[in-house]
Amino acid sequence: MNEVWILAETKAGKVSSVSFELLSWARSLGSPEKVRVTAVLAGPASDPEELCYRGADAVVHGSDAALSGFSARHLAAYLAALFQRTRPSVLLAAATTTGRTVLPYLAAREGLGLTADCTELSLESEGGELIQTRPAAGGSIMATIRTTRGRPQMATVRPHSRKALDRNTSRPVTVEVLSSTEIGCRAEAADVALLEERPFPSSRGIADARLVIAGGKGFRKKDGFALLFGLTEHTGGEVGASREAVDRGWADYPRQVGLSGRTISPIVYMAFGISGAIQHLAGMQTAETVISINTDPDAPLAAMSDLAIRADLYELIPVLTARLEAYRSVE
Amino acid sequence: MKIAVLVKQVPETDSLTLDPETGTVVRSVDTAIVNPLDLYAIEAALRIKDSDPSASVLALSMGPTHAETALREALSMGCDEAALVTGREFGGADTWATARTLSAALVELGPFDLIFCGEKATDGDTGQVGPEVAAFMDLPVISYVGAFTRSGSGSDLTLRAERVLEDGIQVVGFGTPAVLTFCKAIGEPRLPLLSGKRRAREASVRRLGIDELGLSPEEIGAKGSPTRVVKIGRPKLTRSTEMLDARTEAGMDAACDRIIALLVKRNLIAPAENATASSGARA
Repeated sequence: MNEVWILAETKAGKVSSVSFELLSWARSLGSPEKVRVTAVLAGPASDPEELCYRGADAVVHGSDAALSGFSARHLAAYLAALFQRTRPSVLLAAATTTGRTVLPYLAAREGLGLTADCTELSLESEGGELIQTRPAAGGSIMATIRTTRGRPQMATVRPHSRKALDRNTSRPVTVEVLSSTEIGCRAEAADVALLEERPFPSSRGIADARLVIAGGKGFRKKDGFALLFGLTEHTGGEVGASREAVDRGWADYPRQVGLSGRTISPIVYMAFGISGAIQHLAGMQTAETVISINTDPDAPLAAMSDLAIRADLYELIPVLTARLEAYRSVE
Repeated sequence: MKIAVLVKQVPETDSLTLDPETGTVVRSVDTAIVNPLDLYAIEAALRIKDSDPSASVLALSMGPTHAETALREALSMGCDEAALVTGREFGGADTWATARTLSAALVELGPFDLIFCGEKATDGDTGQVGPEVAAFMDLPVISYVGAFTRSGSGSDLTLRAERVLEDGIQVVGFGTPAVLTFCKAIGEPRLPLLSGKRRAREASVRRLGIDELGLSPEEIGAKGSPTRVVKIGRPKLTRSTEMLDARTEAGMDAACDRIIALLVKRNLIAPAENATASSGARA
């Protein structure tokens, strides 16, 4: 039996949806006879049973606010204390700001290997070795990585790289509530105090958006770039930006897609006036569907697109907007 | 206040090329640059120095001898000192072995009040070394910092950082010593001045090897790395591109229809009365 753990995150007092994707990954590693899945839920949440409905065999709920991720050191200490009870074979976390901070902290303090931002995972039936694959060198190659020493083998997994399992409320619910004081880990949390949280205005941020409509230097000016915000009024979704657009001050940094911004995997990625430098492609190439609009049909992003449209974006946006209005007003 | 900034030399991303035989990244001295996100960490450190002339900033790197170029760039921006951990034994290190090495160097060169890093390097794209260094030194880590303020001094020193997370800003307070990783929101890095460049050319970069750091060969380089790349492959090209020319009116209409059809097919848009169906979070 391979013991596989996932680190479940919370958002606004509930289990975050990326945690369900992790459960789907964990279940994909082997049949229930071979793989037992435990979710470690970090921080206060009112619905830990959802993790069982989505594939966990058991939940350990670290229910205190100090475990909600703002102190990576404290959450790593909590996970290390859990290892003293049972040492899993595999620990997966989401490649989110939380997962990408806590897991490296844990890896270093426990002397364990860690692979970042995997898009493929499998477990060898002989020996239970985790085979981890991630895009490397700006996404132009795929590197397959093994952990050569220590257990658990750890990886962070790119959000949206796998669909969550269907919710099944007939699955048994096993939740153990275990606070950090109960497990006796030091009060590392006191080193960092959570002072304030300011959600981005009326926005989910590009990381969780199902549709991202992004613009690049093809807009040539800030006023033009602003057309994208008008477009998302008709389509929903979030506005993204290439590095060039952010560097020119047309969009804020949290909207930047690419190696020096965020890596995203929306259902549809629409790119206006973005040629597709490697550093940009690395941030969006796992989107399910890519649509690009550019005057240059030979731009690298065109070859990475499911639909590549050769057009002047200033001509296309008004026509598309009018058609969207017409579509949406249909009875 | 003593600050250390971790700096990595990386290949220029837009000129990143692969060896067709081995599939590995070709690292050329000509296209090597300072990891772009490290410049923001340097900028954050230099702003402290701007307001507090008693502060000193050391730039630290691990890499081949030509990584000294990256350190000289840090010096030309205004860092006071630079040190390079170099030696063949350090080669092939994963993030764990890299962080083990850098943390030993920070102990040797320190103590530091603050350790600053870029959020991640554009070549490895892991973002793991900063938090790992913090763990080896048993310090708190504040990652994805987009704004940073100090108030008070001595034992009253209070630090505040704004972390740029997926769905908003998280503000945290902490004391020293601490490790911070910075993203671009911190503000534009300054350009080197001519005087800085001159000083950087003349400055000596301290070199550290395995003996100075008291490390064993088992904990550094490829040998000390708990992960190993076992295979390099090409990404699966799953997209067969449909090209549409929208330079004519008819072409434009067809292209817009196609876009709308795709958005409808993926359940992203719906007629207005059902519009709420399209705005929910992705399951």
